[in-house]
Amino acid sequence: MHFLEIIKNLSLVQWAFYFLSILTLYGALGTILSKNPIHSVIYLVVTFFSISGIYIMLNAQFLAAVNVIVYAGAIMVLFLFVLMFLNLKEESTEMKTSPMLIAAVSTGLLLGLILIATIRKAEITRVNYNDFDPNTGLIETLGMVLYKNYMLPFELVSVLFLVAMSGAILLGKREKGESHF
Amino acid sequence: MEFILLIKGLIILTIFALSLGIAAYETYFERVIAAYIQDRVGPDRAGPFGILQPLADAGKLFFKEDFIPTLADKGLFIIGPGIAMLTALMSSAVIPFGDTLLIKGQYIPVQGMDVNIGILWVFGIVSLGVYGILIGGWASNNKYSLYGAIRAASQNISYELAMGITLLSVIVVTGSLSIRTIVGLQHGIDWNIFYQPVGFLIFVTCSLAECNRTPFDLPESENELVAGYHTEYGSMKLGLYLFSEYVNMFISSAIIASLFLGAYNYPGMDFVHSFLTGKLGESFGHNLATVLGILVYILKIFFFIFVFMWVRWTLPRFKYDQLMNMAWKWMMPLSIVNLIIVAAAELSPYPLLFNYIGLAIFAFLYFGSRTVYNNKKSKL
Amino acid sequence: MQLTNRSKKTDKSDLSVLEKTYFPGVAKGMAITLKHFFSKKATIRYPEEKRYLGPVFRGHHILKRDEAGRERCTACGLCAVACPAEAISMVAAERVKGEEHLYREEKYAANYEVNMLRCIFCGLCEEACPKQAVYLRHDKFVPVFTSRDQVIYGKDQLVEDMDNRYTRDAWTKEDMQELWEKQK
Repeated sequence: MHFLEIIKNLSLVQWAFYFLSILTLYGALGTILSKNPIHSVIYLVVTFFSISGIYIMLNAQFLAAVNVIVYAGAIMVLFLFVLMFLNLKEESTEMKTSPMLIAAVSTGLLLGLILIATIRKAEITRVNYNDFDPNTGLIETLGMVLYKNYMLPFELVSVLFLVAMSGAILLGKREKGESHF
Repeated sequence: MEFILLIKGLIILTIFALSLGIAAYETYFERVIAAYIQDRVGPDRAGPFGILQPLADAGKLFFKEDFIPTLADKGLFIIGPGIAMLTALMSSAVIPFGDTLLIKGQYIPVQGMDVNIGILWVFGIVSLGVYGILIGGWASNNKYSLYGAIRAASQNISYELAMGITLLSVIVVTGSLSIRTIVGLQHGIDWNIFYQPVGFLIFVTCSLAECNRTPFDLPESENELVAGYHTEYGSMKLGLYLFSEYVNMFISSAIIASLFLGAYNYPGMDFVHSFLTGKLGESFGHNLATVLGILVYILKIFFFIFVFMWVRWTLPRFKYDQLMNMAWKWMMPLSIVNLIIVAAAELSPYPLLFNYIGLAIFAFLYFGSRTVYNNKKSKL
Repeated sequence: MQLTNRSKKTDKSDLSVLEKTYFPGVAKGMAITLKHFFSKKATIRYPEEKRYLGPVFRGHHILKRDEAGRERCTACGLCAVACPAEAISMVAAERVKGEEHLYREEKYAANYEVNMLRCIFCGLCEEACPKQAVYLRHDKFVPVFTSRDQVIYGKDQLVEDMDNRYTRDAWTKEDMQELWEKQK
C-alpha cells in the first residue's frame, strides 16, 4: 500500500526520470542478455538515447545532443555496420568453455563490487537550489569553462585525436606488395 | 499560462499536420515535376489536376498485402519503418516557421520548441535517421536489402561530416545554436547565403545525400539492388519508408531555407510590419505580418523541394567510388577551408567582403597550383 | 570500319580541374531539364482528346451503303476467304421483288458476322472486296468486351447508318499515295 502511495504522489519530473531510468536499464540489460549482436547494438542505442533524455532533464542540452550525435548517431552506426558484415550464423565458441565463463563472471562481479564501493564512499555535493545557476549545462557556460579554465587539456585532447586519426589512416593504408581485395 | 499552452499545442499540431501534409503532396509534386521535365503531364485523373493522387496512393498501399518474410527478424522488420518515420518527423519540432504571434499582449513564437541547441537537435535526429534504413535492411534477411542498408549507413556517415563542418561555419557567424537566433540574425536580406556561397552548395549537396535522394540514392538503386533496403517491404510499411523520405526532404529544405536563406525574413519586412501595424492595429497587424513571413518561408521551402526534385530528374546516380571520393576528397576539405575563411572573415571589419576575398585567394591558389602541376606533368 | 557518318567521337581525355567538381556539367544538365519543364507537353489526354490517326487506320468494320442507301454487299464471300483469322462468316440470300431499294445487287448478305475476338484488323477483307462494301473505319475502335456475347458483331452493328455516313480522305492505297504526294 505504501508503495502505491509513493507512486501516486510522484511528480511529472519524477515520472519522466523513472521512465527514462527504467528504459536505460532495460536497454543495458538487453545489450548484455540478447544473443544476437545486432540486437545488442540496438539495445545499446536505446540506452544512449534514454541517457540523453536524462541529460536533458539535468538541463545539459549540449551534452544530450552530442551524446546522441556521437554515440547513438555515429559510433553505434559504425558498430552496426561492422556487425552486419560478420557471418552471424556461426556461433562463437569463446564463451562456451567453463574456465572462460568463470573468469568473465568473476571479473564482472569484482568490477561491480569496486564500483559500488567507490560510489558509496564518494562524497556527493548536494546542490543548493537557491543559488544554483540553471545555465550550468548550457553550451555557453560549457564553452566558457572549456576555453578558459581547461584550455590546455582541451587542446591537448584535440591533438591526441588528430594523432589517433592519422595513426588510423596510416595503419589502414595499403602497403606495397599487399594483396588487393 | 493555460491559454499559452493551448496556443502552443495548436501550433505544434499545425506544424505536425503541415509536415505530414506537405510530405504527402510532395509525392504528387514529384510525379508532376518528373512528368513536366520529361515532357509529359503526370497524374491528372484523381480529382481536378490529380490533386487526390496522394490519397489514392495511400489507399492503395493500405490495401496491399502486408507481407513479412519467414526468415526475417520479425520485431525489427516491423519497427524499422516506424523508426524511419519517427526520426523524420521529430526534427520538425525545432524549425521556426514564423516570427511571433501577438495574442492577448503576449508574444508566442511560431515554433514547436525553441531549444538552446536547436540545430544540434536536428543534426542528432538526422544522424539517427539512418537506423530506420539500417534495421529494416538487415531485418529483411535479404542480401540486396543488406547492401542497401550498408550503403545508406556509410553514405550518411560520410556526408554528415562535411555537413557538420558547414553547419559549424554558420554557427561561427551567428554564435548560437538556436535556429531562431540564427534566423533572427539574417534580418531583411542579410542572408547567410551571401556570406558563404560555398558552404551553401556543400550543405545542399550533403542534404541530398542525407535524404538518399538522387544522385546519391545508392541505397535503393534499383538496377543493382532490386529496390535496396526496402526490397522485402510491401504495403504501408513500404509506404512509411517512402513517406519518411519525403518528410526528410521537407525538413532538410526547411533547414536549408532557415540556415542560408533567412527563413521568414524577406527584404522590406520592416516596412511591411510597420505599415500593417499602423493600418490594422498593433495586434492584428503584427499577426498578419507574421503570417506573411510564414508564407515567405513556405515559398522558400517549396523552392528547395523543387530543386531537390529537379536534381533528381536531371542527374544520373553516382558510382560508389565517386560518392566516397566526393565526400572525403572534395566536400570535407572544401568545408574545412570554408570554415577557416568564414572564421577569418568574421574577425575582419567587413565579413562579407573578406569572405569573397578569401574564396578568391583560395580559388586562385588551388587552380593555379593545379595548372602548374598539370603543366609539369605533361612536360614529363 | 566506318558504317555511317553519324558516329560521334567521345572525348576520353582527363577531366579538367573545374570539370572534376562536376559543377559545369551539373549546371548544363539542370538547364536542359528546366528548358523541358517549360516546353510544350507531348501528352494527349486520350479519352477526352483524340489524335487523328490518318485515313487508312484500320478500326471498326463497316458495311457501306451506296448513295441511294442500298447495301453494297453481294455476299460473294471473298472477304471471308481472304480473312487470315477466319473471323468473317455470312449467309447469302436472293433479293426478292420490292427489295430493290434495300440491296444494290441481286444477291445480298442476309447475315453477316464478324467475330471480333478472331479479327486481327489486317484489312485484307477491305482489299478483297470487289464491291467496295467492307471497310475498316479510321475513326472508331472496336470497344472492350466485357462478356462473350458481345464478341460477335452482326449486321445491326456493321451496316452503315445513312444519317451518319462514314467518309474518309482516301479510300484506297492509291488515293492515300496521291494524298501524300499532295501533302508534300
